[in-house]
Amino acid sequence: MGEALNISLSLTHTHKHAQSFLTMEYVSPEGLRLDGRRPMEMRQLRAELGVVSRADGSAVFEMGNTKVIAAVYGPREVQNRSQQINDKALIRCEYTMANFSTGDRLRRPKGDRRSTEISLVIRQTMEACIMTHLMPRSQIDIFVQVLQADGGTRSACINAATLALADAGIPMCDLVTSCSAGYLNSTHLLDLNYVEDSAGGPDVTVGILPKLDKVTLLQMDAKLPMDIFENVMQLATEGCKAVANYIREVLMENTKQLENRRGV
Amino acid sequence: MRGMELSLNHTQKLRLQRALESLSSGSSSNASVTVADSIPVNQEDGVLKGHGTTELDGEVVATVCGVIERVNKLVYVRTLRARYKPEVGDIIVGRVIEVAPKRWRLEINFSQDAVLMLSSMNLPDGIQRRRTAVDELNMRSIFEENDVICAEVRDFMRDGSLQLQARSQKYGKLEKGQMLTVSPYLVKRRKQHFHHLEKYGIDLILGCNGFIWVGEHVEIKDSMIEDEPTKPDPKNNSQISIGLEEEEQTYTSLEIRQNICRIANAIRVLSTLGFSITLDVILEILDLSTKKGLDIHEMLGAEFCVLVAEKEAERRSSLTRR
Repeated sequence: MGEALNISLSLTHTHKHAQSFLTMEYVSPEGLRLDGRRPMEMRQLRAELGVVSRADGSAVFEMGNTKVIAAVYGPREVQNRSQQINDKALIRCEYTMANFSTGDRLRRPKGDRRSTEISLVIRQTMEACIMTHLMPRSQIDIFVQVLQADGGTRSACINAATLALADAGIPMCDLVTSCSAGYLNSTHLLDLNYVEDSAGGPDVTVGILPKLDKVTLLQMDAKLPMDIFENVMQLATEGCKAVANYIREVLMENTKQLENRRGV
Repeated sequence: MRGMELSLNHTQKLRLQRALESLSSGSSSNASVTVADSIPVNQEDGVLKGHGTTELDGEVVATVCGVIERVNKLVYVRTLRARYKPEVGDIIVGRVIEVAPKRWRLEINFSQDAVLMLSSMNLPDGIQRRRTAVDELNMRSIFEENDVICAEVRDFMRDGSLQLQARSQKYGKLEKGQMLTVSPYLVKRRKQHFHHLEKYGIDLILGCNGFIWVGEHVEIKDSMIEDEPTKPDPKNNSQISIGLEEEEQTYTSLEIRQNICRIANAIRVLSTLGFSITLDVILEILDLSTKKGLDIHEMLGAEFCVLVAEKEAERRSSLTRR
């Protein structure tokens, strides 16, 4: 008798488990996310400049487990003469994901839809801040590669590209920084990771020019009520500003170091 | 650290850190800015905004990372890591990438390729005359693709492209040596960019564009005087002597080759450490390496890098004390 009861108990237990898997709990009752962050908390940021020795500018940018490397070549002579623009610089961008960047190792064809789209997004975002009219008849190449993907690769790529461009000494009217935010379990979440990203909820990626206080990128692939959307976007903008502060610090430190080493 | 990846052990790391820290303590100028930082200016005096700045809501804002420089009313930002920004009269080293009609195109680390016109360079025979179609056809006999050339910035064209000239015997093709690429901000504009190191038998050209040439010393000969009539020799005899002469011309002695490599490595170390590259510093490092009895390849090792950093820290502190 006692045994039978035990079995039925364990049965209900497994049943419950299966249910919670279907409608997963992204924020625990204690207000913690799956990776232990608070809803309004960003992941750890880390940035390093000058990682590619042959490039004019380069940077590695990490947001938690997402890791992206960016390299900038140029301004240099336009490779394809027919693309040359007479009054401004031509900007090209290439986004790739390393085969080893995700959990399952995939061979990724070059130029698939997703990467073409992100290349375009990054190019347009960077074009908005580079002062292209100062470098006529030249070309700037931006290469970004995802080394570890854990959600928010789009934002990480934009941040890395900004750092690399600043490292290359290319004049920009402002830094572009980007961050994502979402809405799951009726909670606003900042800086989604892969699990939260693939939950199917709304994922808002925002890119801003912090000094000019302008938005250069806004993407969302789901529906959200207007009032919630405003809050989510506000949250993402706050995230962008935090990233901007960090990027400024890194650039400042790097500039000081270069100047001190150079000496008089 | 840029460039070479150094595998430092713990003590070396600490020593390098200490040396670099002492460098930063020496100069306490706080004029560094990053992109989108506002530059403090006195608006009443009137301001001229120079390179690397823009105006935003009545504020002067930096558009690049670098150091603020002020000259009277002019405010500009001097970039550190950026491509070469040419000025008229700069001496540069470049590489030919294309032979085009009446001109060569050179890669000089600028945002465009520089142009060296056939008419703005001395012909090898040294005669001043109009360039004919024959000269144009023989352009490859002067410079070919991938040749390394030394020239001077002549002017900017209307469309922003760059014109070079090589109207002297000291300019022209560079042979028997190495070209090194460093960041242009490490090379300062000086009166003298051509250096002849007599002790080593070497020519050193510090190009303003960050291309540095280290090569065997060549005597600058004025080809105008060379028009002596050659003595009539028996035919086969003269042929042998020419063969020997040619061999002598192309041969570079081992010692000079080693000197070239030693100087090149000294420059490489300076460039990885991000120290400014001048003749004095290069010679000092050469002395240091010979004094320590280091082989040429050992100069690129971690230990020597740390030694150079310490030496430089010492040198700069002694300069400021004086």
